[in-house]
Amino acid sequence: MTPARGIGRLAVGFAIFGYVFLYVPLLIVIAYSFNDSRLNAEWVGFTWHWYEVLFADEQMLAAAGNSLLIGVVSSAIATVLGTLAGYAMHRWRLRLLPILVVTPIAIPEILTGVSLLLFFVVCNVSLGLVSITLAHVAFCVGFVAIVVRSRLAGMDESLTEAARDLGASPWRAFRLVTLPLIMPGVIAGALMAFTLSIDDFVITFFVAGVDATTLPLQIYSMIKIAVTPEVNAVSTLLMLLTLLLIVVAARVSPGALRGE
Amino acid sequence: MSPRAQKWLVTGPPLVYLLLFFAIPTLIMVVASFRYAGDYGGLAPLFGSGDPDELAGLTLESYQRFFGDPIYLELFGKSFVYAGVTTVACLALAYPLALTIARSPKKWRDLLVLLVILPFWSNFLIRVYAWMIILGPQSAFARGFNGLLALFGAGPVPLLFSPIAVLIGLVYVHLPFMVLPLYANLEKHDPALLDAAQDLGARGWARFWRVTFPLSLPGVYAGAALVFIPALGIFAIPDILGGTDSILIGNLIKQQFLDSRDWPFGGTLSIVLTAIAIAAAGLAAWFARRRPQ
Repeated sequence: MTPARGIGRLAVGFAIFGYVFLYVPLLIVIAYSFNDSRLNAEWVGFTWHWYEVLFADEQMLAAAGNSLLIGVVSSAIATVLGTLAGYAMHRWRLRLLPILVVTPIAIPEILTGVSLLLFFVVCNVSLGLVSITLAHVAFCVGFVAIVVRSRLAGMDESLTEAARDLGASPWRAFRLVTLPLIMPGVIAGALMAFTLSIDDFVITFFVAGVDATTLPLQIYSMIKIAVTPEVNAVSTLLMLLTLLLIVVAARVSPGALRGE
Repeated sequence: MSPRAQKWLVTGPPLVYLLLFFAIPTLIMVVASFRYAGDYGGLAPLFGSGDPDELAGLTLESYQRFFGDPIYLELFGKSFVYAGVTTVACLALAYPLALTIARSPKKWRDLLVLLVILPFWSNFLIRVYAWMIILGPQSAFARGFNGLLALFGAGPVPLLFSPIAVLIGLVYVHLPFMVLPLYANLEKHDPALLDAAQDLGARGWARFWRVTFPLSLPGVYAGAALVFIPALGIFAIPDILGGTDSILIGNLIKQQFLDSRDWPFGGTLSIVLTAIAIAAAGLAAWFARRRPQ
């Protein structure tokens, strides 16, 4: 191909602008978390103060504890269900399951949130940590299933067949051959589910009830009521955690993040 | 164990879970939209009529209210405009990004794609909150912008809590959804096609508009659906970045469920939104299939 000229160079220019647009807002949040000023207006000087405030904020710590607990439990359940779903969708021609797996991802989140709220109230499930966890599992299953299925699609089918020919039961063949091969997909799916759960705001907002709070809900109420740089500090830490998880997921299973 | 039993053992658990926590809640929503509100807000008991005169306790009241007052259709129209503008703006920003990534050396591509995805994985609220800082009245950006306006003799304009802020937030949050399908499409293009077009005398822009762009349309439609549908139902962005005039359909749904507690009407709004989302996804799929890849 001829070297990029004209339109190519124009595209590169716009692309650089695109990356700047993507990153500058997040960098500003991080920078202001170290800013020695109550206002998010201009740089005054470096301080750890807002992190000290953050770690003395009992409500925030309780919310973080809830988020971690919900994240661990819901991603564990979603990983088991999602792996089964991904395997089932790979192995058999199913009609209902693929629809149920993809639709929650495709429709606006608010719809999942309000319909789960209705469901919990109609079924007399009290709103709180349990309802949040159940809701998180519901929207995470699909993501895990898609990652696991794509991993299975790239797998050499003959390996499992060979194990079966050598006399392994279907369960043994799955446990000793298929599962180790798809493990990177399963781990990436689990990390994605954990990240989605920790970060979810919209669905949690509807099913949380009045007592339970998670980190995003706590951040939301702070943004709505009074913005202090403590929000920047908690945001920075949350971004760091997400970054860590995503880098690990990308290492374990390249391509998983793109849903390949 | 029979193959049939195996199949059910594997398929059963996720199927039951998603039926219970996705399909049934959706059905309850459909039923709720035809029900009356309870005496204290919320919902009258779902089954069994509160009023023996009513047939099975169902009513079209909420739908009549929705179609009877133009204010609700106008709100849907307004949400359409916001989602539409967001989609077009995302396309304009995403296309050069996707094109540059697709045409960069192979070893860089994965990294460049990862850099687009990373912000998407950071918390949604944080990404919206970041724009509160940037557009806030004391920010360097807002002061610089208004200083620029003052040079032209225009008065200062509040950036935060305005429709512009809502649109910027919408574009920012949804941009990766447009880049990824576009890139997936553009990456597959055969560079020989552009060489052929050049040999036949096509210049840069002609090659783009007559070769690259038409071939990328399936990616454009996929990206448009991935941006338009979630943008249509958003409530948090207008809630945080918008003023009182930036209420969208998502905010009205939230209000019905959490504030005014008119659940049947909230259900009706949600059903209409679902129908539109499904129609938009179907339309995008139809457009993508209409043209040969």
